[in-house]
Amino acid sequence: MHALSAFAVGLIFGIGLIIAGMTDPSKIIGFLNLAGPWDPSLALVMGGAVAVGFIAFGFARRRTNAFLGGAMHLPTARQIDRRLVLGSLVFGIGWGLAGYCPGPAVVSVGMGQDKAVVFVLAMLAGMGLYELFERSRERR
Amino acid sequence: MIDWGHFTPWSSLAGGLVIGAAAAMFILLNGRIAGISGIIGGLLRPSGGGISWRLAFVGGLLFAPAAYALLTELPVPTIDAGFPLLVLAGFLVGVGTSYGSGCTSGHGVCGISRLSPRSLVATAAFMLAGFATVFVLRHLLS
Repeated sequence: MHALSAFAVGLIFGIGLIIAGMTDPSKIIGFLNLAGPWDPSLALVMGGAVAVGFIAFGFARRRTNAFLGGAMHLPTARQIDRRLVLGSLVFGIGWGLAGYCPGPAVVSVGMGQDKAVVFVLAMLAGMGLYELFERSRERR
Repeated sequence: MIDWGHFTPWSSLAGGLVIGAAAAMFILLNGRIAGISGIIGGLLRPSGGGISWRLAFVGGLLFAPAAYALLTELPVPTIDAGFPLLVLAGFLVGVGTSYGSGCTSGHGVCGISRLSPRSLVATAAFMLAGFATVFVLRHLLS
């Protein structure tokens, strides 16, 4: 049931990204281009998503179990450290360079966009390299 | 100056509501945060666990364009970046989201919805870096 529900959620999430215009990198660049002709659309995507999310997470916080069973996996990390800030800055640079963040890039792979395939492979390489680095550090 | 020609308030707001609904379903039904980089990253980690639901979620994302195309024509994207830049961008997004524990969905949508101070800081950081990068690319280098 968890896998079936995850598939449905991924599907709806992806359709939302397409409706929102997030799978068009030129639209993301248009939002990030504050000094040029600025397209504020992305602010409305965030606003709409957060409006629904705010209600859902407010409700989720008072539950101990998920509706399909199992625990609520709410994040427990609290510290604002160098990893969080540095990692997010590096992500933002990559986001600004191509106009893709992970979700829309994966959906664009489903559209058959060869440029998205290359981006996602490079992203997986980055994630994989990070994992290897972390694992070797833990062994030391 | 606002680019009224490209501004799509209604479709972007509607898409945002659908994204929010998906994130709401995931936390309430599965008890999970709909953070794309975290879901994918967990597949690369032996200790990540939950291989089946992670793959199912990614499968849903990949299948979304086909489902969308049943209802209406898919939008055609404009991708200015060439292949070398896409490789660099993808690599930075992979490393950055792993190191910073999240992306636009996990920190941006879910984190801000939870009013998490960590996610507010992360979102401010990647937004600022995105604005700065596009400024350098579009105004200083071209």
